[in-house]
Amino acid sequence: MRIIVPIKQVPETNAVRMDESTGTMIREGVEAIVNPLDLYSIELAIRLREEHGGEVIGVSMGPPKAATALREAISMGLDSGVLVSDKAFAGSDTWATSYVLAAAIRKIGNFDLIICGERATDGDTGQVGPGIAAFLDLPVVSYVSKFDSLSSDACRVHRLVENGYELVEMELPGVLTVVKEVADPRLPTLRGKQKARRTDIPSWSAKDLDVNAGDLGLAGSPTRVVKIFRPSVARKCIKHVVVDEGTLHKAVDELVDFLQNKQVI
Amino acid sequence: MQHEGVWILAEQIDGRVQRISHELLIRGKDLARKRGTTLTALIFGNGVDTGDLQELIDRGADRVVAMESPALEHFLPEPYTACMLKIIDEYRPEIIIAGATSTGRTLMPLVAIKAHTGLTADCTVLDIEEETGNLLQTRPAIGGNIMATIKTPKGRPQMATVRPHSTKPAPKETGRTGDVTRLQAPQNLLASRVRRVDFIPDVDEHGLSDAQRVVVVGRGIKKGDNVELARKLADKLKAAIGATRDVVDRGWLSYPHQIGLSGKTITPQLYIGLGASGSIQHLAGMQTSEVIVAVNTDPEAQIFKVADFGIVASLFDVVPVLIEKLPVEGK
Repeated sequence: MRIIVPIKQVPETNAVRMDESTGTMIREGVEAIVNPLDLYSIELAIRLREEHGGEVIGVSMGPPKAATALREAISMGLDSGVLVSDKAFAGSDTWATSYVLAAAIRKIGNFDLIICGERATDGDTGQVGPGIAAFLDLPVVSYVSKFDSLSSDACRVHRLVENGYELVEMELPGVLTVVKEVADPRLPTLRGKQKARRTDIPSWSAKDLDVNAGDLGLAGSPTRVVKIFRPSVARKCIKHVVVDEGTLHKAVDELVDFLQNKQVI
Repeated sequence: MQHEGVWILAEQIDGRVQRISHELLIRGKDLARKRGTTLTALIFGNGVDTGDLQELIDRGADRVVAMESPALEHFLPEPYTACMLKIIDEYRPEIIIAGATSTGRTLMPLVAIKAHTGLTADCTVLDIEEETGNLLQTRPAIGGNIMATIKTPKGRPQMATVRPHSTKPAPKETGRTGDVTRLQAPQNLLASRVRRVDFIPDVDEHGLSDAQRVVVVGRGIKKGDNVELARKLADKLKAAIGATRDVVDRGWLSYPHQIGLSGKTITPQLYIGLGASGSIQHLAGMQTSEVIVAVNTDPEAQIFKVADFGIVASLFDVVPVLIEKLPVEGK
């Protein structure tokens, strides 16, 4: 079983602070981490290898420092990692990102499964997993919540949808995107960390891949960001502080009135 | 040939058109009007209810195109993608919007890649740029910390998914007429390497993504047994139960209940947070709710910043009184 896990390095979103005057993100001092939703795909891939043998290879597109994310994944149990990094990739939207990752995966070659996190917590699109499947012309199952079984040429999984779970079977090779329910990620081990330090992470640039220069980065991206602004999420909160039985009843009475006025009950 | 017309992707379950389709019609009508063009509703399925197709017209579509086959009864990525690409090739729409549902968020990226065009996920605002006529797509990013407006200057169709419940459904209007075309899906487009074996309905979740009212449990609930109290309130309100990440990580509620960055995004009419502090991670999944009520013991809790109505108190004091005082009949 050869499994490829695409991994993204993202800013620690909970630590993101906004510059209120400019409406921009303060990036200084914000830690770069493995996309939290990729931990579940990493975990599932490691478990499948533990059960069925084979190897798990991480692949990440990003600046040179994204190698750190691959090392972290190796410290959890991945066998190796490939960084895909080139200034030409800068400004890629999900189309151009999927294009490059698909090319890198094609070069790694000879795989049974590609397992992706549902989405990254920074871009938050969830488009790259299906995007890779589209470029590689592979079947895809998204929102996988449980890995049921594996046979020589197919796998059975649960897929989380709005009103329940679909039980689906996918021919291999194929792409899965997984949700958090699929597995509980393990922590890196000391041995894993030592291995991660020793592991050489090759870095592939555009010239190492079978790609068209015109399809890379910003130039190859069909979408353009027109503007970025700070959402005004603050609302005028009617706030009641309860100190005793009287204020409790008053607060609840007014809440019921409020909900009726808003016609939500 | 030029690309023209605004299209929405309607969705069906068991042949019945889903609410998201009617929400998309509101968006579509607005865009079609601004663009001076027509609105078409596209639907894939098998034997879709005739009345429901007419209802798409009644609610604002100028035309309905239904592509049908037993193979399209349920969403399967490959046949749906192949059929949508065929539709794009034949009808050449300028804009296609779909719901940011498990179907829309899977199908649209597959189609956008193959059609070599841009796609913007999970938009909350759609508009037309006056000078160029391009679709302006606004969406939250970085955990809701920023909003980004995005366009696809050259690729056609311009594609976007829209958050469910981010608008009301388009109202029915009497006397509307429009063409309903039922097409048989071409057999050569229906091969699939993914097979749907079975469906297991969620008995527990009450369709959180689709709920009009949601009661959310945060860490302030203190232990799993106490979730029962929140359930009582939810039952009275006919609301779904949601949870913060803390609560799910502790196993007090299962993952399908989780709301936030690593869970579901909800936009109900009414959100009631019980002991939820309002971490960025959680706010990202609920701050577009129409009315937000928060109960928390900490007067400084972040949740009060996005709430319309807040009670600084223990949820264990507030909830029993609220259950008692709520009018018996939910709407």
